[in-house]
Amino acid sequence: MKILVPVKRVIDYNVKPRVKADGTGVDLANVKMSMNPFDEIAVEEAIRLREKGAATEIVAVSIGVQKCQETLRTALAMGADRAILVLTEDVVEPLAVAKILKAIVDEEQPGLVILGKQAIDDDSNQTGQMLAALLGWGQGTFASKVEVAGDTVTVTREVDGGAETVNLKTPAIVTTDLRLNEPRYASLPNIMKAKSKPMATKAPADYGVNTTPRLTTSKVVEPAKRVAGITVPDVDTLVAKLKDMGVAA
Amino acid sequence: MKTLVWVEHDGAAVKDATLSAVTAAGEMGEVHLLVAGQGVDAVAQAAAQIAGVGKVHVADDAAYAHALAENVAPLVVELMGHHDAFVAPSTTNGKNIAPRVAALLDVSQISDILSVEGDGVFTRPIYAGNAIATVQSSDAKLVVTVRGTAFAKAAASGGAGVVEAVSAGGDQGLSSFVGSEIASSDRPELTSAKIIVSGGRALGSEDKFHELIDPLADKLGAGVGASRAAVDAGYAPNDYQVGQTGKIVAPEVYVAVGISGAIQHLAGMKDSKVIVAINKDADAPIFQVADIGLVGDLFTVVPELTAKL
Repeated sequence: MKILVPVKRVIDYNVKPRVKADGTGVDLANVKMSMNPFDEIAVEEAIRLREKGAATEIVAVSIGVQKCQETLRTALAMGADRAILVLTEDVVEPLAVAKILKAIVDEEQPGLVILGKQAIDDDSNQTGQMLAALLGWGQGTFASKVEVAGDTVTVTREVDGGAETVNLKTPAIVTTDLRLNEPRYASLPNIMKAKSKPMATKAPADYGVNTTPRLTTSKVVEPAKRVAGITVPDVDTLVAKLKDMGVAA
Repeated sequence: MKTLVWVEHDGAAVKDATLSAVTAAGEMGEVHLLVAGQGVDAVAQAAAQIAGVGKVHVADDAAYAHALAENVAPLVVELMGHHDAFVAPSTTNGKNIAPRVAALLDVSQISDILSVEGDGVFTRPIYAGNAIATVQSSDAKLVVTVRGTAFAKAAASGGAGVVEAVSAGGDQGLSSFVGSEIASSDRPELTSAKIIVSGGRALGSEDKFHELIDPLADKLGAGVGASRAAVDAGYAPNDYQVGQTGKIVAPEVYVAVGISGAIQHLAGMKDSKVIVAINKDADAPIFQVADIGLVGDLFTVVPELTAKL
């Protein structure tokens, strides 16, 4: 079985994003970028499934600017076999991403597509579900455990009150939650090897997908700042403050 | 505009998240509800009582029992033939189902809205809540999910909705429910609690977490939350996690105990009315958002606080 893993290049999760003064967006110039943390988990899970013999080939895909190839090289260094870069300067919304991925799925015929549950930049949490809808496949979102047996995949999902397990007929879509696994670091020899792994470059038009945004962002602002707080010297003062607020009797 | 709101329920009662979604939907237009599940008469009756609700569509079928997106989405799409917007609370069910509906309708979804600014115009948080974007949809139909803490809850009574049975495709045969482990708790539900006491990695062990956090929460009648570090270390279950990838809360009072205050944690609680932080590191980022900070060792401070309340 082939596994397709879409990965996104996003602002590094440790960086505090700065809103541009003109309100057009978040300033990404000279900011450290990395692979979206949930996508690292997706790559790791695909590799583990291959190590268990449940998968034969892992194809990583990224959609975006030329620099997304660095993200794909990271996936290759972790263990993906080859990569596809869909090159575009546009901001591509989850629906268009899902459409491009659908076209790639039609071409590659994977048994499983593993995505991150959300990208930490737009925080949408949509692409996996949308891709499942377009393909008419089952979806195992927010996965904390994935088991492949024959033509089914059993996914334990993190839901509001605890965990839930579903069986999906393959081919299927899985989106990863944080608890699914601990992604490995790419070793130096593997980073070197990754440089010679195949990477195809495509364009959205090759897949017949129009990436014109359906949503227009009119402005981006900073959230309201909190008023500076106070430090209390001891528990008694804290208790008194809580009582003032009516929290404690 | 006619909106269709996904009713989040546990088979017996309507969840609070639904009430916030109804308020958001009310700002967009006429509110209709969808109650999907198995044996959901009581839920449908309760839903009809929610203030401001027009029609309540009830889909009672084994296929909808566990809110599997594969089965529910086609049902919603059919109902969207005579609705202009699908509104779901940002619960795990809402987040699972809504994008599937959006893609089937060929429209973009707007996730986790904070406000309704106008016809098809909304604000939503991006970059872990470090920026707020105003977005406008150009699609013929809207699909949005609603951040519960950003909207007041609609009154659960006083409404006179008309209950109407609907049926649709039933089981699509793509997925099946195997089982669930739902943590039982007598404490207030995290996302609707007025007070939350949250513990972090500094607690050191599961035992200490229960020994220190639970009594303080009980004293305050509070819900219990945790940071990712505490959850990953096994001190608390996953569904306690507050943050960008866990639950988003905005209680009256949030007490952060032994939590440093990483961006990802702040994303889940910085809209709390009052934030109280207890940490021995005076430079911890949590103190930058805390209204009341106490620098001290939680192992001595927390028991003392619990005793003095």
